[in-house]
Amino acid sequence: MPGRFKVEVNTKWCKGCGICVDVCPKDVFELKNNLVRVKSTEACIGCSICETHCPDFAIEVKKKSVADTNKRKEEKEKVLIG
Amino acid sequence: MKTEVVKKYLRLEKMPTVWCPGCGNGIILGSLLRAFELRGRSKDDIVLISGIGCSGRTSGYVNVHTLHTTHGRAIAFATGVKMMMPKMSVIVVMGDGDCTAIGGNHFIHAARRNLDITAIVYNNGIYGMTGGQVSPTTPYEAYATTAPYGQMEAPFDIVELALGAGASYVARSSVNDVPKLDEIIVKGIRNDGFSVIDVITPCPIVFGRYNNLTADPMKNLEWIRETTIPKSKAAKMSEEELRGKWITGIFRDREKPGLINLYLDLEKRLSKSGSVEDKGEEA
Repeated sequence: MPGRFKVEVNTKWCKGCGICVDVCPKDVFELKNNLVRVKSTEACIGCSICETHCPDFAIEVKKKSVADTNKRKEEKEKVLIG
Repeated sequence: MKTEVVKKYLRLEKMPTVWCPGCGNGIILGSLLRAFELRGRSKDDIVLISGIGCSGRTSGYVNVHTLHTTHGRAIAFATGVKMMMPKMSVIVVMGDGDCTAIGGNHFIHAARRNLDITAIVYNNGIYGMTGGQVSPTTPYEAYATTAPYGQMEAPFDIVELALGAGASYVARSSVNDVPKLDEIIVKGIRNDGFSVIDVITPCPIVFGRYNNLTADPMKNLEWIRETTIPKSKAAKMSEEELRGKWITGIFRDREKPGLINLYLDLEKRLSKSGSVEDKGEEA
């Protein structure tokens, strides 16, 4: 489910090899100045392919807490109603 | 989610690793650490032993009992550890040169004795750390510092070698197929007897640059994807088509008494006969 996951890149460990950029099915990452940046966390579907293919253990995908997802839902509803 | 598991077993203060950008060693290490978690027992009874080379650095990064040993002698040290402490789960990580060139003899004899350890071979087909010399698994016609006109000798097939020498579990996978690699390593650790896991991994900075693959990790991974063929598919292909390819899968998963079991049996037998003799003396 998109929007349910939080993606973080540890820039201290990342060497900018770019494997995650190619391997991600949803284009979550981009390469800038030889370092990987998260382009759109919202698109992540939590498949964990980036986590298993990162040779430097620099990517961490976390499930958002229930409170986080509820907040997001409320915001979406507000937009729809408004 | 999965990095969280891996971090439980890493020595975080030693990170980042020394491996080059795009090196597959980290991917194999991740798989191994997830296998430790799936094993479902305390990490206090794991001993990780490595030799020399890029793969030798592995033991420095993992927070279990570790040994960083001399070149090619990782299995020799592992034999000592396992015989003294049979309850320990002993894992050996080696590079292709470490395993089949310098430590070749230790490797085949550990397979012959069916020593109860798990050997994981980081097979990148080159001596990466020392500048790209030819290793025993460098593919035919591949270029290296010491093979400027292409490798003219035939390479070693680690799987065939281990099968011939008598290992009880032999498997091969590549870093492209991580879920399969996880599965293979877990099975290897659970197996009694000598488990050999040959993992095909890219070396973009040395092997890649010498072989027109550039230092781009994705080109190297793509090349590995083209040159590794699953066992089921390979069965339908001719020998000519399979030249220069690596066949992946589990080649042997057989129950065969390991060295430790045989040794404990012998000990029991001798102590029994010894007690009979004692009784005789008493009578």
